[in-house]
Amino acid sequence: MSARKIEQSRKQQKIISERVNRLSPSGIRKFFDLLASMEEVISLGVGEPDYATPWHISEAAVRSLEKGYTMYTSNSGMPELREETARYLEEKYGIKYEPFGEILITVGVSEAMDLALRAILNPGDEVIMPDPHYVAYDSCVILAGGEPVMVPTSQENNFEVDAGDIEARITDKARAILIGYPANPTGAVMSRDKLLAIAEVAKRHNLMVVSDEIYARLVYGVEHTCFAGLPGVRENTILLGGFSKAYAMTGWRIGYAAAPKEIITAMTKIHQYTIMSAPTMAQVAAIEALKTGEPDVLEMVEDYNRRRLIIVKGLNDIGMPCFEPKGAFYAFPSIKSTGMTSEEFSEKLLTEEKVAVVPGSAFGECGEGYVRCCYATSLADIEEALTRMKRFVKKYKK
Amino acid sequence: MLQDILKILENDARTTTRQIATMTGTPVGEVTKLIKQAEKDKLILKYKTIVNWDRIEDDQVWAIIEVKVTPEPEAGFDSIAGRIAQFGQVRSLYLASGTYDLLLVVMGKSERQVADFVSENLAHIEGVQGMVTHFVLKRYKVDGETFEGGEAVKRQPVIL
Repeated sequence: MSARKIEQSRKQQKIISERVNRLSPSGIRKFFDLLASMEEVISLGVGEPDYATPWHISEAAVRSLEKGYTMYTSNSGMPELREETARYLEEKYGIKYEPFGEILITVGVSEAMDLALRAILNPGDEVIMPDPHYVAYDSCVILAGGEPVMVPTSQENNFEVDAGDIEARITDKARAILIGYPANPTGAVMSRDKLLAIAEVAKRHNLMVVSDEIYARLVYGVEHTCFAGLPGVRENTILLGGFSKAYAMTGWRIGYAAAPKEIITAMTKIHQYTIMSAPTMAQVAAIEALKTGEPDVLEMVEDYNRRRLIIVKGLNDIGMPCFEPKGAFYAFPSIKSTGMTSEEFSEKLLTEEKVAVVPGSAFGECGEGYVRCCYATSLADIEEALTRMKRFVKKYKK
Repeated sequence: MLQDILKILENDARTTTRQIATMTGTPVGEVTKLIKQAEKDKLILKYKTIVNWDRIEDDQVWAIIEVKVTPEPEAGFDSIAGRIAQFGQVRSLYLASGTYDLLLVVMGKSERQVADFVSENLAHIEGVQGMVTHFVLKRYKVDGETFEGGEAVKRQPVIL
C-alpha cells in the first residue's frame, strides 16, 4: 500500500465511527461488482424470488395511489395490516398477538432486526447465533453495540444449531439468541424438538430469542415451527416476519415484528425517530397479500420445490455433495473436493464458466468449503448451471 | 402423482421424464409409463407451442363468434357443437351461459376466409338461429401467456 493510500485510509478511519469500521466489508460486494460487469452469466447468486409480485397485490397498491393514499400511516403501521398480521399468525401458528401494542410494521425484516437488537442490547451484551448465518446478523449486533458469539454448525448435522452448543457459549454477558430458520444460506430447517431444546435453554438462562422467520412459508415436506408458539417462550421472543419471500415482494420493503408490548413499545420508539412509518403503498399491498395471497404462495412453493429437487440431485450427482435443504430457496453444496477456498471457487467459476454462486465464507467461518446456490431461477438456467459446474468440478477435482 | 406430472407438463411440455422423475420422486420408468397411459387415455391431448405470430407478420385473422342455437330434443347442445367442432377453422369452442349458447374462436388467413366460414358453413348448420361475429383486433394474452410484457425486469446487484 502506498504512503498516500495509508494516509487516506487513516483519515477515513477517523471520520468513520469505530463501530462501522469494525464491520467486515461484505465479501460478496467485490463479487457482485465483477458479476455486474459480465454478460450472459447464469446467476444462482441473488436470494430473491424470480417471480414478480402477484398482480392483484400490486394492483391494490396502484389503486391506493390513485385514491391518494400517499401520506404517512400510524407509526406502528396501518391498523388493518396489524389486525391482518395478528389474524394470520393466529391462524397459521396458533399464537396470539394484540394488533395494537404487540405488532409493529417495519421496512422489511431488515429494519425489524435492527430495531429488535437496538431495543434489547446494552454495550457489550452478547448475542449467540449459528455460524453460518445471514450476512446481516453479526453486523446488526455490532451496530447495536453488542458482541456476536458464534455457534458452529455443520453439514453432518444438516446445519441445525444445537441447544447444548448454545448453552456452552453462554457467559454472564449473554443477552440473546438470534436464530433464523428456515436458514439463509443453508436452507436448513429446525425440527420442533430441537427448537424446544433451545427454548429450554433460553428460559433457563433468561435470554431473549430473536427469531427471523422470513422464510417460514418456504418449507418442503415439513411443517414450519414458529418459535414464539413453543410453550413458555412467547414473553422472551421477538418474532420477525415479512412478505418479501413468500409473496415475492422483496422490493416493497415490508415486514413486521411481533413481541410482548414492552419490547414493541421500545422498538416503536426507535422506528418512529428513524423511519416514521413503513411505506404506505407497501402496507396496502401487504394487506391484500394476507387477505387473498394464499393460493399464490402455495403455487410458488410447489414450483420452488420442483426446482429444489432438481438442483439438489444435480449437485450431488456432479460431485458437489449437498444435504437436503428443507426450506428457503438455497442449496449449500460442499466444494471441498476441489481444494479451493469458497471465494476462489466462486470467482473462478464466474470467470471460467459464467455461473454466479455466493462463497459460503461470506456467511461465517463455518461456511468455508461451501457455496450458496439460490434455485429461484428458471429450470433451464439451473440445468445449464449444473452442466457448467460439472465441467468445472471435474477439471479441478483433487 | 399423475396430477403432479400433468401440471409440470402443462407448464412446460419440454420438461424431460428424467426431470419429472426427480421433481416428483418417482422412478423414470414409472413416469414414462404414466405419461404414455395419459396420452392413450386422452388426458394429454397434444404438446404445443404458443407462438406470437403477430411478431413475424404472418397473416392470421382471429374472430370470436357468438352463436345462438336451438338445442336438439335428445342430444341438447352436444350434437350441434360436435358438428361445429369438426371445422378446422374453429380453434376453440365453448358452451356458455347468457345471451348466446356457443362461443367460437375462429382463425382464418384473411377476413374473407372467416366471412366465408360464417356465411357458407356456420349459417347452414341446422339449429343455428343467429350469430354475432367479432373480429379480434389484437391478442394480448393467450393460454396464460402475455404477448407483450415490455422489457424483462433486470435484477439489480444487491448484497444479501
